[in-house]
Amino acid sequence: MAQEFLVMKGISKKFSGIQALNNVDIAINEGEIHCLVGQNGCGKSTLIKIISGVIKPEKGANIWILGNPVHHLTSTSAIQQGILVIYQDLSIFPNLTVAENIAMPKMLESNSELVNWRKVRDLAAEVTAKIGVSLPLEKNAGLLSIADRQLIAICRAIAGDARLLIMDEPTASLTREEVDQLFVVIKELQRKGMTTLFVSHKLNEIMSIAERVTVIRDGKKVGTYQSKELDNEKLIYLMTGKNIAYSRPQDTIKPQCILEVKNLSKKGNYKDISFCLHEGEILGITGLLGSGRTELALSIFGMNPPEKGDIFVNGALVKIHNNRDAIKNGLGMVPEDRMGQGLIMNHSVEANIVVTVMKTLLSRIKLIHLRKRKKLALKLVADLNIKIPDIDAPAKTLSGGNQQRVAVAKWIATDPQILILDGPTIGVDVHAKSGIYEMIKSLAAAGMGIIIISDEFNEVYYNCHRILVMDHGRLLQELNPQEIKAEDVNDFNILTQYTAN
Amino acid sequence: MFNKQEPMGKLNLYFRKNSDIATLSCVLAAVVLLMIWLNPGQFLKSDNFESMAFQLPELGILALAMAVAMLSGGINLSIVASANFVGIVMAIMMTKIHGMDPGLLIPLAIITGLAVSAVIGILNGVIISMLDVSPILATLGSSMVIDGASLIITKGYVISGYPDTFLNIGNGYLFGIPFPLFILIFCIVGVSVLLTRTIFGQSIYLLGSNTTAARFSGINIKAAIIKTYAISGLLCGIASIIMISRFNSASQGYSTSYLLITVLLAVLGGFNPDGGFGKVSGLVLALIILQIISSGLNIFGLSSYLTLIIWGAILLLVMGVRAIGVKYGK
Amino acid sequence: MTTTNSATKEKPGFGPGIQKFFTSQEALLFLVIIALGCVMGSINRSFLSPGNLFGLMNNHAFLAILAIGVLVVLISGGIDISFMATASVAQYIMSLQIIAHGGNMLEAFLIAAAAGIILGAVNALFIHWLEAQAIIVTIATMNIFFGALLVISRGKWLFGFPAWFKPSSTSGQWLPFIVAISVYIATWFLLNHTKTGRKIYALGGSIEAAKRVGINVLQIRLFIYGFMGMIAGIAATVQAYVIQNISPSTNIGREMDVLAAVVLGGASLLGGKGSVLGTFFGVLIIAIVSNGLILMHISSYWHTLFIGLIIIASVSMTAYQQRISEERGSAINVQ
Repeated sequence: MAQEFLVMKGISKKFSGIQALNNVDIAINEGEIHCLVGQNGCGKSTLIKIISGVIKPEKGANIWILGNPVHHLTSTSAIQQGILVIYQDLSIFPNLTVAENIAMPKMLESNSELVNWRKVRDLAAEVTAKIGVSLPLEKNAGLLSIADRQLIAICRAIAGDARLLIMDEPTASLTREEVDQLFVVIKELQRKGMTTLFVSHKLNEIMSIAERVTVIRDGKKVGTYQSKELDNEKLIYLMTGKNIAYSRPQDTIKPQCILEVKNLSKKGNYKDISFCLHEGEILGITGLLGSGRTELALSIFGMNPPEKGDIFVNGALVKIHNNRDAIKNGLGMVPEDRMGQGLIMNHSVEANIVVTVMKTLLSRIKLIHLRKRKKLALKLVADLNIKIPDIDAPAKTLSGGNQQRVAVAKWIATDPQILILDGPTIGVDVHAKSGIYEMIKSLAAAGMGIIIISDEFNEVYYNCHRILVMDHGRLLQELNPQEIKAEDVNDFNILTQYTAN
Repeated sequence: MFNKQEPMGKLNLYFRKNSDIATLSCVLAAVVLLMIWLNPGQFLKSDNFESMAFQLPELGILALAMAVAMLSGGINLSIVASANFVGIVMAIMMTKIHGMDPGLLIPLAIITGLAVSAVIGILNGVIISMLDVSPILATLGSSMVIDGASLIITKGYVISGYPDTFLNIGNGYLFGIPFPLFILIFCIVGVSVLLTRTIFGQSIYLLGSNTTAARFSGINIKAAIIKTYAISGLLCGIASIIMISRFNSASQGYSTSYLLITVLLAVLGGFNPDGGFGKVSGLVLALIILQIISSGLNIFGLSSYLTLIIWGAILLLVMGVRAIGVKYGK
Repeated sequence: MTTTNSATKEKPGFGPGIQKFFTSQEALLFLVIIALGCVMGSINRSFLSPGNLFGLMNNHAFLAILAIGVLVVLISGGIDISFMATASVAQYIMSLQIIAHGGNMLEAFLIAAAAGIILGAVNALFIHWLEAQAIIVTIATMNIFFGALLVISRGKWLFGFPAWFKPSSTSGQWLPFIVAISVYIATWFLLNHTKTGRKIYALGGSIEAAKRVGINVLQIRLFIYGFMGMIAGIAATVQAYVIQNISPSTNIGREMDVLAAVVLGGASLLGGKGSVLGTFFGVLIIAIVSNGLILMHISSYWHTLFIGLIIIASVSMTAYQQRISEERGSAINVQ
């Protein structure tokens, strides 16, 4: 019978009137790989903060580590107990060497003010050998890839004598090979006795390594399950409490190619990409990170000019050197990173919506017509059903789903023929997702050509007329969703199957 | 969708949305009352207001130049150097070119001066946007180059002796109001309209807040930044006209304390040094507040060095208040 | 055994800076110095004369020492333009004290250093509490410090230093050089071989990561700005020693020379980068250029212009290099 490393019972936490966690129990076995899943805002980050001692739970909580009761868990005592969190930003020092990054916690702990470089190097070498990775110890960490930096973070945790490794969204920015490599390392760690807790929403990847899964919904624990018992549909049901029924889009495709790309290539990005997007069609481009799909989208939108190949809009060859050219040719793009690229969070909803069409809002004397501007913003808010407290409210005050609607609204304002959406439902609750899908489908029905880029096969399967699969910068195949069985889509590994050849 | 609001409600809403302006208005009222209470006889005299109306404009225009740069997320540390240099250029034209009708010479000198100031601004903008240099270093570097050029040209001397008509700009009246004040009002209105009612103005707010998202929205970042610093430079040129006309001389070394004061004015006026926020109306209120404090201090006969300390302290105070405000806002 | 994409052969590490003796920037600067030296020497024979070189060292000791303080601040990701004001205040207090009450060399340095540390701590506290941009806080403190100095001193010149404070003997002539070299070596040791030094680099690399790893940011900031203040005090004492009469306004506006040298030496305004060796080279280049201009009888007004051009040129190059290396980092393995 596996011993339990961490047991927490009766965990509750309230933040200014909102019950973030409500009587949650969790038990993690020693040496297991456990995963914590749940929607945005379900309370999993709060739970992690409590486990790592950053926040204190309310009265009535009981915590045991390896059978010993713990009364006051602070972040320092958590670290001493071997509980270490690796956050998504990795917290690596880019200007210091790999060895120094790895040895940093130990170095800071030591009593002597002098740095013993020999010890630093030895510790780093020891730890990397222990888990079987080879890292360039004397190179500056900032020069390494994200995957390697993650390995540095893991090595640092081990150097700090971690026994429970908590990783927040570990696979979010990794390519398929890098994910495989990470899992090899995690399994090696497990052999050496490490307990691992993942927090992730990338179900297809995590399911391949997690042994047990704890699902949190609205601050309560729904249950803990063996991962082999679960599939995509079951998991979504557990996370949301609802059976989300997706409907396939209607056939709104017209025969004309409104966008055609021929033999598009760019070194280090993608090679020889050709396809046609029809009027009224929703085309999905899918593939794992590193497949070149976002790079391709940015190229079509003018922000990453290709080296070879041509782009045609409505049959006419167009030269797109920057995104202003793209916009003039009827293109629009909602980028992947809403906070950094899609919206200006500190500015009002109105400012965000009209930014793309300010030229059309000028009065006779070439000044912005304030009333026209407000009217346009209000109209789009109404058309797209965006819930806002006020048109002047900063974009950051909106929910994820509504923020995404604003990000789309600003492109709808330009009346585009072609709209590219990269990761349209990232950071959006499952409830709000269907609303966004409906919005996309009605846009297509009105004649717009839409490209959805996503690594969630589910998403492109249910919402697209056609699917293009990319891998390592090449276009592998074209799929017709109607020829794929719905149950197969439920398999976490379906995308890997298509890219395996 | 939204409730209809009665007039008082609208006023409340305005003040809540523009809390900066509201706070500044209160501070202004408090300062005025304080000055009147401390020294009623002197303060309320009309020539006190008059001398304010002459000094205030050049400072206000330079503060606008600083504020515009800050709005884009940068800073312009070369405003004083630029103003001095442009002043020297105009002074040389007006004093060394003989045989030209002053009616032609003066406008020519002014136009040349403004053109030079705009060019300096464009160069700053190019270095920042195309060479990817941080605004602090770019404008520090350019201020040194400009100061160097000023020194080389003047060899440390002061250039003076302008035609009378030119002196009227800095010292004359129009309809009983000092002419520099008109120029200031013109600049205030101009910059305000530029920022709130033109595409360019709106673009600066957006790119100052999040340059990447602004780029993704189709805003031409490089062009906008170059224009920003060009306008900043142009404003320095305008301020320079008033300055040399008032002093009746041009030199490399003038107004070095103005740099601190313009930063203070911009920050006090609600311009966020990180960019993206700030209103001209706030700057105007800050200008009035600072001018009143300054006049009050002059009346007390305080040394000008002491005022430096006070400005420095006020800047720190303002940042402290803002920091607390941010913490409580969360 | 998994081999990562970035794995390369490893060399025995004795510390971060010794892996390669020169980074590429430092190597470039070294070449520039050799070139400049040759050019100057050929234009004007007296450039390479011991008298000239010695004067060069002494006259730039002030600048050189200050540069080290600025380097440390920049590495941590901060900036401080109040250091000249701090130096002036420290210098004045020290001078008042030893002219009126005598003492010895060590005391002089200690008084100035102490004054500097206090002013530096003030900077640190404001920057930390106000969570404000360091540039703006130090613009404010610069004016406060200079303002206070000018008001209290009433602009009065100070002279008549005690005999032991004059560089009379030959060994006395070497004082500025010795102090400068000591400061350089000590700081090199601090940055490369002490925990505090590594924390400074860490803070400049990522303030978030520094907090997460348990570094006390306030403590380090107090150290950094306090260190800058101490350095300013030491430099100011050396300057007083060399010029023997001081005024509170001598150093107004001279911040940029120091900043130029540090930036030229490879330190970045964004933090995390910079080395003592690079700063040494940067100072040397500025000193050679200044000295060269004088020897070529070019008026000192050109000096400011040149320094400004050097700043712009060197940061443009650094920014350009940065952009190139970023583009290289994110390529996909297209098949």
